[in-house]
Parts: sequence; C-alpha cells; structure tokens
Amino acid sequence: MSDLVLEPVQGRSNSASFINDPKVRSIGLQLVALILVILLGWMFAENARDNLAAQKIATGFGFLDNTAGFGISQTLIPYSETSTYGRAFLVGLLNTILVAVVGIFLATIIGFLVGIGRLSKNFVVRLISTTYVEVLRNLPPLFQILFWYLAVLSAMPSPRQSISVFGEVFISNRGLIIPRPLFGEGTGLVLWAFGAALLAVILIGYWARGRREETGQRFPMLWVGLGILVLVPLAAMIYTGFPITFERPELKGFNFAGGVRVIPEFVALTVALATYTAAFIAENVRSGIMAVSHGQTEAAHSLGLRNGQTLRLVVIPQAMRVIIPPLTNQYLNLTKNSSLAVGIGYPDLVAVFAGTSLNQTGQAIEIIAITMGVYLVLSILTSLIMNAYNKRIALVER
Amino acid sequence: MKRLLSTFAIAGAFGLCAVSAQAAKLDQVKSKGFIQCGVSQGLPGFSTPDDKGNWTGLDVDFCRAVAAAVFNDPTKVKFTPLSAKDRFTALQSGDIDILSRNTTWTITRDTSLGLNFTGVTYYDGQGFMIRKDKKVNSALELSGASVCTQTGTTTEQNLADYFRANNMTYEVIAFATNDEVVKAYDAGRCDVLTTDRSGLAGERLKLTNPDDHVVLPEIISKEPLGPVVAHGDDQWFDIVKWVLFAQINAEELGVTSKNVDEQLKSATNPEIKRLVGTEGKFGEGMGIGNDWAYQVIKGVGNYGEMYDRNVGPATPLKLERGANALWTKGGQQYGMPIR
Repeated sequence: MSDLVLEPVQGRSNSASFINDPKVRSIGLQLVALILVILLGWMFAENARDNLAAQKIATGFGFLDNTAGFGISQTLIPYSETSTYGRAFLVGLLNTILVAVVGIFLATIIGFLVGIGRLSKNFVVRLISTTYVEVLRNLPPLFQILFWYLAVLSAMPSPRQSISVFGEVFISNRGLIIPRPLFGEGTGLVLWAFGAALLAVILIGYWARGRREETGQRFPMLWVGLGILVLVPLAAMIYTGFPITFERPELKGFNFAGGVRVIPEFVALTVALATYTAAFIAENVRSGIMAVSHGQTEAAHSLGLRNGQTLRLVVIPQAMRVIIPPLTNQYLNLTKNSSLAVGIGYPDLVAVFAGTSLNQTGQAIEIIAITMGVYLVLSILTSLIMNAYNKRIALVER
Repeated sequence: MKRLLSTFAIAGAFGLCAVSAQAAKLDQVKSKGFIQCGVSQGLPGFSTPDDKGNWTGLDVDFCRAVAAAVFNDPTKVKFTPLSAKDRFTALQSGDIDILSRNTTWTITRDTSLGLNFTGVTYYDGQGFMIRKDKKVNSALELSGASVCTQTGTTTEQNLADYFRANNMTYEVIAFATNDEVVKAYDAGRCDVLTTDRSGLAGERLKLTNPDDHVVLPEIISKEPLGPVVAHGDDQWFDIVKWVLFAQINAEELGVTSKNVDEQLKSATNPEIKRLVGTEGKFGEGMGIGNDWAYQVIKGVGNYGEMYDRNVGPATPLKLERGANALWTKGGQQYGMPIR
C-alpha cells in the first residue's frame, strides 16, 4: 500500500521542479506584473510630458500661488478675488467637507429612523418608510439635487418679500439669514465659564454612573447637567455685562447686509444628499436589525424590558456589527456625490478647483491629480474612523 | 463625480493620444472624412440645435465653412457640445479639431493653454441683464447684487475686476452650463445675469418673459470671440485662419453665395479672381483645393451673410453690426489680403 502514498514535492532539487514550486512561481509572476505596471505608468508619464511640451502647455504646481481673480459665494475662511488659487482650493475643500459632515449627520439620523420604521408593527409607519426607501433610492441623485434646488428656490420669495421670523431671521430665495454674533470684551471669560461647566457636567456624569452601578440609585443627570450648562455661563455673562451681541441682518439695496447667511445651494445639496443616502442607510439598518435573532428580543422582554429599551439596549448594539461596514460605504458615497454640486452652483471642491481654476489655468493634470488625491484621502480617513469604531464594538469571542 | 471622471478621461487622453500629435491634422481629418467641431451646449444665434437636431448659428456655420474648404462639402462636420469648463481640454486632447464656441481670445489662453486663436468671428463685450422692475439704469448701481454666470469663463474674472475697481460688493453664483444659469436667473436666485452681450441677447430668448428684462448700457470688457485650434500644427492653423479671412474678403468684394458662380465665370477684378481660385494657386499651399474659397462662399456664404442669417437685425437676437461691420464701413472686420 505504501507505493500509493504521494511523495512530498519538497526536497527535490532538479530545475524542473524549481519552476513548478508554487511559492517561487507566485513571487516570480508578481514581480513580472509589478515591472509591467511600473513600465506602463512610466510610459504614460513620459508620453503625457512629451505631448504637453509639444503643445507648449505649462506644467507644474507653481500656479497655486497665482491670483485667482474670481469670486466664490460661500467661503468658510477669508477669501477675496485677490487670493491665490491655493486659497481657492482650500475654500472649495472646506465647502465639500461641510456638506459631507452635515450630510452624513442628517443621513444617519433619517436612515436609522426610516430603517427602524420599516420593521414597525404600525402599518402606516411601515408604509411611509417603505415608500420613502423605494422612491428615493431609485431616482438619480443629480435629479434629486436639481429638484430640491428648483423646488426650494421657486417656493421662496424675493429678498424684499422675505419671510421674517420675529424680525430677526429672514428666509428668501437668497437663503436663510440669521443674526451674526459679535464678540465684545469679556467674551473670553464667558467661554471659559462654559468650558468649566462642560467639564463639571462630564465629571458629575462619571460619578453618577459609578454610584448607579454600585448602589442602583438614579441621579437626575439631565436636569442637573442642563442647569449647570445654562446657569454658569449666564452668571459670567451678567458679570461681564453681556459682551456677546448680535448683528441684525438688514435689507440694503438688493440684498441683506450683515448676519450669517446659509445659501440655498447648500440647503438643496445637503438635503438632497442626506435624504438620498438615508434611503440606503435605512436598508442597512433594517438588515442589521433582522440579523439579530428574535430570541434576543424575547429574552429582553422576559427580563421586563419595554419595547424601546429592548431596541436601544439589546437589539441595536448587536445590529451595529452588521450595520457599520455597509454604513461606511454610504458615508463614502455621500462624500463623493457631493461633487454633483456643480449642477446647482454650490462652490464645492470640484466646482471651484476642478472647474473654475482648471479652466483658467489649464493645468488639467495637476488639478485633477490634486482633486483625486483629496477624495482619496477623505475616503480613507472616513474608512479608518469607521473601522476603528467597528473594531471597538465588534463581538468579543471567547 | 461624472464630470470629474470625464475631465479625468480627457486628461488621461493626453497620455494615450501620443501618435495623434505627430500626424498632420489635415491628413487625420481627411482620413476620417469629417471635421469634429466643438460648440456650445446651446446659445441661440451662435450654436443651438433645432427641433430636428440640426445645429444652427454663427459658430456652427464657421465650422461648416472649414468643412467646405477641406471637403468641398459643408455638411461634413460633426458637432460636440461642450461646457465652458470642458472646452479647452477637449481641444488639447485632440477630441475636437476646431473649437468654435464663443470663446474669448486672451493672452493666457493663446500662450500657456496650448491653443491658437485663428481670428475673430464676433467682436463682443461683457454686459449685464436685469429685471426691469428692479429699476436699475446703470451697472454702477449694482453694489450688493447677486450675479449668475457660467463657470470657467473670462466673464467670471471680468465681473470680479469690475466690481473691485468700482468698490462694489457682489455675490457670484457660478453654474456649469448656460441653461442652469438662465434657469437660476429666471427663478430669481440672482438679480443679475452676466455674460457677453451677444450671449445676453440669445439667453434672453430663453426666459419666461423676455420683455421683462433689460440689458444695461455698460460694456465692461473686450471679448473678441473666435475659433481656436491646438498648438503644434501650422498647416491646420493656416486653413482655419484663412477660411475666415476669405469670408470677410468676399463680403468686401461683394461676392455672395448667390453670385459666386457668376463671379467664377465672368469676374474681371483680379482680387475676386484670386479669391474664387481662377487665378493663383493659394489652396495648394495649404494642402487643399485651389477653389477652397469658392467652396466656402458657395456652401456657407460670406461673413455678412453668415452674420445676418444667425445674429443680425432680422433675427430674434437683433444684433446690429457695430464693431463687426467691415473696416470699410466703420467696423473692425478686416480680411488679410489674398495674394
């Protein structure tokens, strides 16, 4: 019988078996592939350089220091027409990040509510949630952005006829205008007081939790915390004589002067992206909840937990393990879809940098490379944060 | 994202179109059998598709004129509608052979974008359009206004310069396409729409109530609009350049699409004889037929005919010749001599 046993392949030293060695073969093939990729990349780069030189197209990143000479409607950092292209890039980048952060925040809330709603025992809630998901995820996002933009715009009156809320907040087709806080002398003390109050609340929270775990006694954390957060800064305000005042928006000529303005492009883009992405998140949440065995719910009920508590303390924490990985994808999609902003004139990175700046400087390769780099970095950062969170809540197997 | 990808694809084409930069553009065009012409995505009078999908307009006709010179057939053109933002990349990467899209001739574009402007088909200047009920009579009263415009244009920079020079504030909302600009202006998102005055005349026709809007008198910039080709092919540059000169000269000499056949047979004026190709061999020098200018005039007409048909006083745009009249009539259109 022993002649039926296969001889181990290792140990032979003739050349034929060396080529057949799977380890050697795989390393060899990978090396060849790597060399081919490098050669191809080098060829592309050389080719592009030669063609650019032949057409006398300027190259390099020096253009970032040139004066941009165009205006931008929403700037989170100081920017004027005399700023550089580099500055315009930062303005666009921050506008993109703003939409991404606010959009992700809203999408997560809406997505969880709708996702849970799809599993509700209430027929009407279930129907609304299902309709929401089926309608929003099946329409192209650009279409939804345009819909929101034109719907929001056409519903809004002109600045002169704007809707006024107590004469302080104004809504018109130029956006939502609220008073701008002005920080006078003594603001520092108020901010310090607020910081101290926040720290105190956190510390009391830890103490209250420790006490509850030891003795089972509850502490009215919500009311005490709110009280400290309001009263301490208020006392500081009174002491310093109310240093924080508000600049009221006033109708001047064509538009409102003063105040802080939220432009309609931002509202339309954020709402459209948040509601669109929420439809996908809702499905992730539904699948996550359905992945938790019904036995868990029954067990929780038998311990005397109510429905809300069961969902919050037992089902959702377990569902999160299933929800997080696809949720990360949705966050990435939202960030990338924000580049559709150019359709409605919101000055995001693609509109300001890969649009206007590219066109004025003609530095297509450099600008597209930078823009792709930015989206790559944003995506990788989002993934890293989400993966870290995923690791923290992952099931600990013993 | 889609836009970003397409731009990247065009940028990537730099790398892939290595061979195309070397081969002569004329040979390439001849072998594919048509001219690929980049035009705007829809600007009445300059380039706009009608309900049957036929392109009409001054910019469109100019490409047809080049096709007539090269192929003796003005229909051998295919049109690529391009946004202001994508137009130069399309030309640089060789996706189009001519860019004929109300594009302003500036030194940056001529020298560092790898482009060559071949002439001026329309002398223009930037203006402002506003609702009549705002009761504004001058652009100097526009401080604080919201202004809608198209992204990636000289318009955006002129606007910034003008408001800065006059110490006025403004808010600019820039869109990728003309249609989006017009829609936002119509919806009241902005007080003012700004672009070249010829463009304002065209875009006004797209508004809900064109008569409710007025173009302010100020012209804040010089906008010489003309066709563009890519750097690096002098022969092609020459052809496109001389097609326009031939059209302007034809108007000056009184040669039109209607009388050109007669002129070909019976003209005695040596200038006309050189123009229609019965004297001299000027086409040969450019690698095309000696009757190239005859074909252009026969197929598309002279400059004046092209102007009157598309943007002139008898069209909905109602644009007077003004600076675009011949130099002999107080304008700036001047065809270099054919001799």
